[in-house]
Amino acid sequence: MASKHVRFTFEPDQVKQPVIYQLGHEFQVVTSIRMAAVDNSIGWVVLEIEGEPDEIERSIAWAQAQGVRVDDPTLGDVVEG
Amino acid sequence: MSFEQALRCRECGREYPLAPIFSCEYCFGPLEVAYDYDGIRAAVTRDSIERGPTSIWRYEALLPCDPAYKVDIGTGFTPLIKADRLAKAIGLDTLWIKNDTTNPTWSFKDRVVSVAIARARQFGFTAMACASTGNLANSVSAHAAAAGMEAYVFIPQDLEEGKVVGSAVYSPNLVMVDGNYDDVNRLCTELAYAHPWAFVNINVRPFYAEGSRTLAYEVAEQLGWRTPQRVVAPMASGSLFTKIYKGFQELHKVGLIDEPIVHMSGAQPEGCSPIATAFANHTLNFVPQKPNTIARSLAIGNPADGYYALKVMEETEGSAEMASDDEIVAGVKLLAETEGIFAETAGGTTIACLQKLVASGAIRRDEETVAFITGGGLKTIEAVQGKLIEPLRVTPNMASFESAVAARDGALAAGGR
Repeated sequence: MASKHVRFTFEPDQVKQPVIYQLGHEFQVVTSIRMAAVDNSIGWVVLEIEGEPDEIERSIAWAQAQGVRVDDPTLGDVVEG
Repeated sequence: MSFEQALRCRECGREYPLAPIFSCEYCFGPLEVAYDYDGIRAAVTRDSIERGPTSIWRYEALLPCDPAYKVDIGTGFTPLIKADRLAKAIGLDTLWIKNDTTNPTWSFKDRVVSVAIARARQFGFTAMACASTGNLANSVSAHAAAAGMEAYVFIPQDLEEGKVVGSAVYSPNLVMVDGNYDDVNRLCTELAYAHPWAFVNINVRPFYAEGSRTLAYEVAEQLGWRTPQRVVAPMASGSLFTKIYKGFQELHKVGLIDEPIVHMSGAQPEGCSPIATAFANHTLNFVPQKPNTIARSLAIGNPADGYYALKVMEETEGSAEMASDDEIVAGVKLLAETEGIFAETAGGTTIACLQKLVASGAIRRDEETVAFITGGGLKTIEAVQGKLIEPLRVTPNMASFESAVAARDGALAAGGR
């Protein structure tokens, strides 16, 4: 078992989609929400995803295919000016 | 002597020992250095600071590192210039320019890297690393060279030659990454976890970011131990912006200034404006963007401190503004033509946004304002090339010179009619 920390960002038209619920059904992973915020223009959630490493990566790729932006939850962009 | 006490999560407040870590294990919030402010208050006075060196190290009691490990190449205590001609041009009564182009590698990054490398040496690291489009790479390369440390500097493949040379001259391990911006971000994040390096804005980020507070300390001291009414500063990750405000608050906390009443305004390029866009949309949650701007030192599409920058604006009744590429170039030229300061595109962004904020009434004419110019223009000459005056071309005799001037003046007069 491994775990990975990710931040999902949802555009307004995605906020009502049950992406995290589906993630747990489509893949053998367990999700744990650590921080989240939703308002009229954006939603984001910081997740810990547990599972086999390949399954975690597949689940993240699936979320990206749904249009969700996936980032490292703490760093933001590493490349600075 | 240093008065750092612990690392504290900015979200949940959990504390961690001082170590090269950067996020909370519980909520993944960012860690920030916590200080013994009572100890600082007892140890530091205005006089003791004024007797210190003319560099950031005059504030060593407020920095999160043992000064015995410092690598001092002359960073900080940069000029605060009363900018009367620029103030008149944009409609302000009192404007100051904090000119950080005069740092050893010509940008404010020398402040953050000075602190990062001192703390890295204190932790026992022997190699520094960073990923950068210019200023940070130059500063890490220079400081590591001065310290005799190894440096691993990652740059995108399409970087301007001037910026490559500005790092290469110090002979770091200079790595040009064949990939787009996201590829470079991903690679460097993986490398940071895999190698025993002090990656300045990853594992030593809590310490690195604290260096920006010295900008606030200097401005307050240079104004006679007080704050201005308004600050306008560029925003990339948002860290500089939040740390300037934190610096003012700390000076009050340790008894060096009255309670700061300052409005914080942030500047971003239109082509990378996640924070300014969120401000315009009245939300604290920004949508990451893919950067497309000439202000490459501000091209952080997913800013780590974007939320906190928006919180500072909310708390200080501040604001945000954004400028187009043409407005940025005009800002560079306006600062140069009125004050004799050649800034990089981030400075052009700051001046352009300041101008727009005054024009819109978001900044009142009578607000004493400090604008932060964070990098020198010779690093981004491509941005202004072809948009400046052309030299008069003459042969080496008086007649040729007089004829060329007359022709130029005639053309200007015709153009002005």
